[in-house]
Amino acid sequence: MNALSLNNLCKTYNNGFEALRGIDLAVSEGDFFALLGPNGAGKSTAIGIVTSLVNKTSGTVEVFGHDLDRDPEAVKACIGLVPQEFNFNQWEPVGEIVVNQAGYYGIPRGEAWRRAEESLRRLDLWDKRTEMAMKLSGGMKRRLMIARALVHNPKLLILDEPTAGVDIEIRRSMWSFMTDLNRQGTTIILTTHYLEEAESLCRNIAIINQGRIVEHSRMDRLLHALHAETFLLNVKEMPARLPELEGCTMQRLDDNTLEVEVNRDLGINGLFEALSRNGMEVVSMRNKQNRLEQIFIRMMDANRRSA
Amino acid sequence: MKQLSRTSRYRTAFQTILTKEILRFGRIWKQTVLPPVITTTLYYIIFGNLIGQRIGEMDGFAYIDFIVPGLILMAVITSSYSNVVSSFFSSKYQHHVEELLISPVPNWIILAGYVGGGVARGVAVGIAVTLVSLFFTDLSIHHYGWTLVVFVLTSILFALGGFINAIYANSFDDISIVPTFVLTPLTYLGGVFYSIRMLPEFWQQVSLVNPVLYMVNAFRYGLLGTSDIHIGLALVIILLFIIGLTAFSLNLLKRGVGIKN
Repeated sequence: MNALSLNNLCKTYNNGFEALRGIDLAVSEGDFFALLGPNGAGKSTAIGIVTSLVNKTSGTVEVFGHDLDRDPEAVKACIGLVPQEFNFNQWEPVGEIVVNQAGYYGIPRGEAWRRAEESLRRLDLWDKRTEMAMKLSGGMKRRLMIARALVHNPKLLILDEPTAGVDIEIRRSMWSFMTDLNRQGTTIILTTHYLEEAESLCRNIAIINQGRIVEHSRMDRLLHALHAETFLLNVKEMPARLPELEGCTMQRLDDNTLEVEVNRDLGINGLFEALSRNGMEVVSMRNKQNRLEQIFIRMMDANRRSA
Repeated sequence: MKQLSRTSRYRTAFQTILTKEILRFGRIWKQTVLPPVITTTLYYIIFGNLIGQRIGEMDGFAYIDFIVPGLILMAVITSSYSNVVSSFFSSKYQHHVEELLISPVPNWIILAGYVGGGVARGVAVGIAVTLVSLFFTDLSIHHYGWTLVVFVLTSILFALGGFINAIYANSFDDISIVPTFVLTPLTYLGGVFYSIRMLPEFWQQVSLVNPVLYMVNAFRYGLLGTSDIHIGLALVIILLFIIGLTAFSLNLLKRGVGIKN
């Protein structure tokens, strides 16, 4: 069964702006799905429609087989949302925010507190339960929104830029948390501007641009389509003249750094062998760009040119 | 956890909104309950005691006894209205109304919860100003049931008004326009301080289009047993307003006016 199916979903705002121009999308149950796109592409509108925050113009939305028009309550009961912007009452205590959210889903107060405790403990916020939300740090506020979204055990969790503005340590702990959650069976849809986040976490991906889906495939298949990758190599000794190697192009950046674009046919082993034959020793290497980022930028460029 | 019945889910959701609203105005009681008590006390002192003694009787009652019902109801009206308008607008402004919109809570429960919160504050303030009035007058209640019904219905009506105002409001200025330019004049001209029988015939007729007049008189009947208008008509008018405003509010919620997109 699909966790989410969008069919020919359209949204035109009152000012005439067409945010979505007939989107078809399917997310399988149990998937960790990336929904990517530049700012203003239509991601937030699509999420807004699925979560009942935005009225659609036409098309259908189904969540675990429930139609949004026919059975909105069943659809809402399946979804947990972590929005991009903080959207809780800043003057309410942390515990109350989570308990109230549970109450809106019909969970009685005693059970709601039990779940809130579980949820807040998992996100290291239980000690803050009596504090006003406004006193939390940015990272804590993000975690509070995750705790709130999980309190009714949603089958589908939608995370809209969940790690925006949090430091790398918290981001990594959130990645691990999301992975665990997905392993336990929760379907996750993630939108993010950190493409390495999408690449490392998600199994399937859709890219949306100007209100249309421009790519919808498995992550590994999409990355496989990348014909060349660019690396930065730190070499022990830079030769006076760079060798010409088949299957790659090289550019000297400084006395020790080379930028090398390697074709998939040559591969990393082939590159090292060729450099070795030419007497070059590589001390360290790193990707110049994240692979998904390369694909994403090329896709957006192609889209802009064709527009 | 076992599957919850729809009725049980709705009841819990309603209780959650109501409790949240009560805790909200309870936490800031110095801003929500105390000011109308102080204002009404000043009315009792100045208009009731100081000026009232010179005015003498009105409709066969000491002037302070005559104005007490209107003053209590005026505090109830203002409190019910401002509780809902400020709370719902603030939930829009801070976007936490989204917590409700994404949840499986039907619109009528959202409306009932907020209106319930407005009524709760109206009741809290109403009880407080009634207790204060006991320092100035020997309050006797002519008809308990009638008093309670008018008290609650008026509170519901103005809580609904506050909800609609909050839906349309785009800024904090917008939530004070209606209370300042509509609610206050209607209340002051609604027979709180005088009997409309004192007015010339023409102004008596004009006064009859003011809905607050019916509420003030219906409440005064409950407390004192006297009214300028037919109390049955007052009840019908209050109920018609409540039905109309409820239908209008639900329609706004259904279309997502001011809260979606």
